[in-house]
Amino acid sequence: MNENDQFWLPGVSRRKQRRRTRLWVMLAAPVMAILFQTYAPLLAGVFSYLELPLLMVIYFSAGRRSPIGGLLAGAAVGLAQDALSHRPIGLLGMVKTIAGYAASSLGLRLDTDNPLVRFFLAGFFFAGHQLLFWILRRALLNDPASPALAATFLAAVVNGALAVPLFHALDKLRENP
Amino acid sequence: MESLLNRYRNLTVLLAVILLQLLLVAYQVRTGADVPLLRIWAVNLVVPPGRILENVRSSAVRWWTEYVFLTGARRENRRLQQELDRLRMENRHLRSELGTAERAQALSLFRAQIPSQTVAARVVAAAAGVNSKVVFVDRGASSGVRTGMAVINAEGLIGKVTAAYPSVSQVMLLTAEGFSAGVIGGQNRVQGILKGLGGTECGVYYIHSDEDIKPGDWFYTSGEDRIFPRGLPVGHVKSAGGEKVFKDIVLIPASLSRGIEEVLIVTSPVHQSLPDEQPAPGNAPLMAPPARDPSTASKAEPAHAPPALETDADRLLGRYRKKAESRGAPYGDNDAAAGSAPPVPPPKPLRP
Repeated sequence: MNENDQFWLPGVSRRKQRRRTRLWVMLAAPVMAILFQTYAPLLAGVFSYLELPLLMVIYFSAGRRSPIGGLLAGAAVGLAQDALSHRPIGLLGMVKTIAGYAASSLGLRLDTDNPLVRFFLAGFFFAGHQLLFWILRRALLNDPASPALAATFLAAVVNGALAVPLFHALDKLRENP
Repeated sequence: MESLLNRYRNLTVLLAVILLQLLLVAYQVRTGADVPLLRIWAVNLVVPPGRILENVRSSAVRWWTEYVFLTGARRENRRLQQELDRLRMENRHLRSELGTAERAQALSLFRAQIPSQTVAARVVAAAAGVNSKVVFVDRGASSGVRTGMAVINAEGLIGKVTAAYPSVSQVMLLTAEGFSAGVIGGQNRVQGILKGLGGTECGVYYIHSDEDIKPGDWFYTSGEDRIFPRGLPVGHVKSAGGEKVFKDIVLIPASLSRGIEEVLIVTSPVHQSLPDEQPAPGNAPLMAPPARDPSTASKAEPAHAPPALETDADRLLGRYRKKAESRGAPYGDNDAAAGSAPPVPPPKPLRP
């Protein structure tokens, strides 16, 4: 069994396997995800349950395996989402900053190329993202919205399922070693 | 300290970034201020591509619906065409129903206005034969219809009953050959005999050539024939000529101008007065019913005053009145006889 066949490895070993993605893909993909997030729900309401910007943050953070890069990417994407919303800027920024940091930290120890890992990683991060966002809204804005746990769980499964083919497609845009 | 920060560099950066954003949120919440620059950047980043996407989407949808999905359009077109045909037929039917209702209402109004007692009937058939001038109506002997009764509608005289069966009656139209009726000119009160010519018109006979009859003059029933109550519009003069003793007058019947569907059979005729004014051709006026109030009637016209135009029956009635007065008993002045009573007793229908 070599290192690539194991789900869990020490961080130092994974750091050597840093995924190299083209720069334009790193810039264009989150922008496209934000575009999708602002545009697709107008066509069908079911698209509002998808969180493509979060999936982008997870993918690039886990692949780069750099916590600072991950948290900065998460902050940028989150702030952009905040800027397009009616809420104060920084709420989603904080949530996605934490998500980017956690994803890159986990990427050091997990085989994030494995589809099953990707499914659970995306689902788990989506649920955590929603929970943290709800907590921040209640704490900072006194927003009385309910957490909608069942809907969140279902959306987590859907986003996890979507992450597998989406990450696979992004893998095709990697730089050749 | 520096080594500590280096050791926990990732965590330090994380906390710093979160702290910065937390301060940003706190500033916005506390002051109510916004960060417009960031929002403008984000909107400018997202909206133009969104506009392009929307244009592409709408173009694709239009292309799909207008070119690719033509089979569906054809099917939809066929369905709509069928729906249109069905609605047209329904519309035609409803128009017909509405016309029937309007005619029935007009006939009902006319029936309420005329003093004669009538029975409403509907034309249900025409006699078999080319250019037939005989129709069948859905009222017969069981409804009190008898042979010889006059048939009218709101426009005027239609014809007379030539056979009364239990549930239907045969009606000869006034244009039929063999039909005849006494008529009187509305303007100069000249009397003649109306006869059907077998076509769409009638002739008026036995009017002296010295009489002033012009095209457009109206003729009414005179009541002299003891069949038709006096005062019903018959038609207007189409042509009046001839160099002989009598004029050759051709009359256009008023009642047949729009076809006949609903008619009134006069079961108990009451004379009407002739209109003083000359009606316009093609627009025969309905005559007002006689006054029912005896006091008003006596003021308007004395009971024993001679009518403007007397028939033999009227003269006979006058003699009866004089005889009754000489005996000290009034004759025929009661509510039932208000207006102009026909010259025959009401219970028995008039016969030619």
